[in-house]
Amino acid sequence: MTRKKRFLFLMETIGSAIGVVFFFPFYIMLINSFKTKPQIFQNTLNLPGGLEWSNYVKAFERLDFMQAFANSLFITAGSILLLVLFASMAGWKLVRTKTRLSSVIFFMFVSAILIPFQSVMLPLITIMGKLGFLNRLGLIFMYLGFGSSLSLFLYHGFVKSVPKELDEAAIIDGCSEFQLFRKVIFPILNPITLTVIILLTIWIWNDYLLPSLVINKEGMQTIPLQMFFFFGEYTKQWHLALAGLTLAIIPVIIFYFSAQKYIIRGVTQGAIK
Amino acid sequence: MQESIKRRLLFWAFVGPLVFAFFVVVVVPFLWGIYYSFTEWNGIVRSQVEWVGLQNYIDLFEDEQFIYSFWFTARFAVVSVILINGIGFALALLVTQPLRTSHALRTVFFMPNLIGGLILGFVWQFIFIQVFSSLADLLNLEFFRGWLATPETGFWGLVILMTWQMAGYTMVIYIAALQSIPSDLLEAAEIDGSTLWSKTRHIIIPLVAPAFTINMFLMLSNSFKLYDQNLSLTNGGPFNSTQMLAMNIYNTAFQFDEMGSAQAKAVIFFLVVAVVSIIQVRMNKKREVEY
Repeated sequence: MTRKKRFLFLMETIGSAIGVVFFFPFYIMLINSFKTKPQIFQNTLNLPGGLEWSNYVKAFERLDFMQAFANSLFITAGSILLLVLFASMAGWKLVRTKTRLSSVIFFMFVSAILIPFQSVMLPLITIMGKLGFLNRLGLIFMYLGFGSSLSLFLYHGFVKSVPKELDEAAIIDGCSEFQLFRKVIFPILNPITLTVIILLTIWIWNDYLLPSLVINKEGMQTIPLQMFFFFGEYTKQWHLALAGLTLAIIPVIIFYFSAQKYIIRGVTQGAIK
Repeated sequence: MQESIKRRLLFWAFVGPLVFAFFVVVVVPFLWGIYYSFTEWNGIVRSQVEWVGLQNYIDLFEDEQFIYSFWFTARFAVVSVILINGIGFALALLVTQPLRTSHALRTVFFMPNLIGGLILGFVWQFIFIQVFSSLADLLNLEFFRGWLATPETGFWGLVILMTWQMAGYTMVIYIAALQSIPSDLLEAAEIDGSTLWSKTRHIIIPLVAPAFTINMFLMLSNSFKLYDQNLSLTNGGPFNSTQMLAMNIYNTAFQFDEMGSAQAKAVIFFLVVAVVSIIQVRMNKKREVEY
């Protein structure tokens, strides 16, 4: 028994040490975000003498943080709303329709998972530019396209486990197809809807390349796009940049701690299926 | 007859919206992109699209930066996939022990994964440049000096960043796999007196093989497609020596306006990602064990 205890103590120690190493970048970012510019150049490792809140005030203003946050929220929420709605509808109908067309459509969506973004980005941006779609609404539409494969795949897999008798019973009770979907099917899909929402949130909220190509107007930028504010110049203003990066990370951390259980489960399901 | 028309309409009412977006955003640009890879095109005026056949592809063999980026990316992918999976698996073994800190450790290990690569790249740029030079002064170690200023430190900087970010992700998948191993199997082995190592080697690793397939597949295609971290950590520097494939395509298109050539690269890029992914899944599927 003591051998077992000693082993666990050793594991506990090693684990904590690795934990400290993993957390170190966040710690360094945080302590230096409260320093003045000369203090950072003196030493990055010691604790700040005082708390330089003005870094945060300046970073907040220069990033136009509330606007960027609102843009990120609007784009993420809008894309997810459409994806959840259309992917669940399509997933259900494709499973319930046993035709060749239905399998071909599903197969196309699944194969497209292999297509990297870079392989479609140039023609896509050209087409969208011609259609006058290089704005936030156009961006949401593009997320609908790029998120369709994964979302449909997850819904498709889940619907297969929903008994068909349920549909038939509802139809006999006089439900129309749309009522059946809204009142009976969609609520049953809740667990997978949660997974889809989590995976899409992580991806869309953090995405950089697509929005950087689509959004080019002042005041429309998302949080990742705004991060370049501090990195464009030759002399880096690390004290402001670190405060800005911390601001950008805070919403994600809040999201993580408020839904950790679901996030871990969602990520696992998303990968395994 | 009418019934079948109604059924068809209903089918498209449900499936149509998603299919429409998928075609406009993915399928049409993908096919159009293949067409453009055979043309000379500056991306602005449509009338200047000129058919050049395979010329763009032939030119790729003489594009030294492209070939360099290709091998750099391949080397990066191999090294980071091994490190991410090795460390992720070790972390999973660690936190599935009955530790008091188990939950807290999982939380910390997984955290970087949720934050965008662009942001993390900037944070690590600060660490590699500013914090490392503080460490060099403090410890008087040359090892910590000049990070991201040479191709080698740029390469390892990217590897460290990605390992730190993704190890927790693979850990979560490995935990799920470890927890699905029937506990009587492990107990039986323990009664038979097998050591921790032989338990790991002969029971755990074979049964975790499906998770290994998934993680390899995801990390490999992730590493190949890496852009955000590349941009924010090194921006391809010094002197394009850490420029990965995705960035090379981007720069060809938007810095040099050579759309045809960029699109040829994008097609090759797609083929490589697809082939590597398919081969890898096939290979790993063979080794999996049923129980």
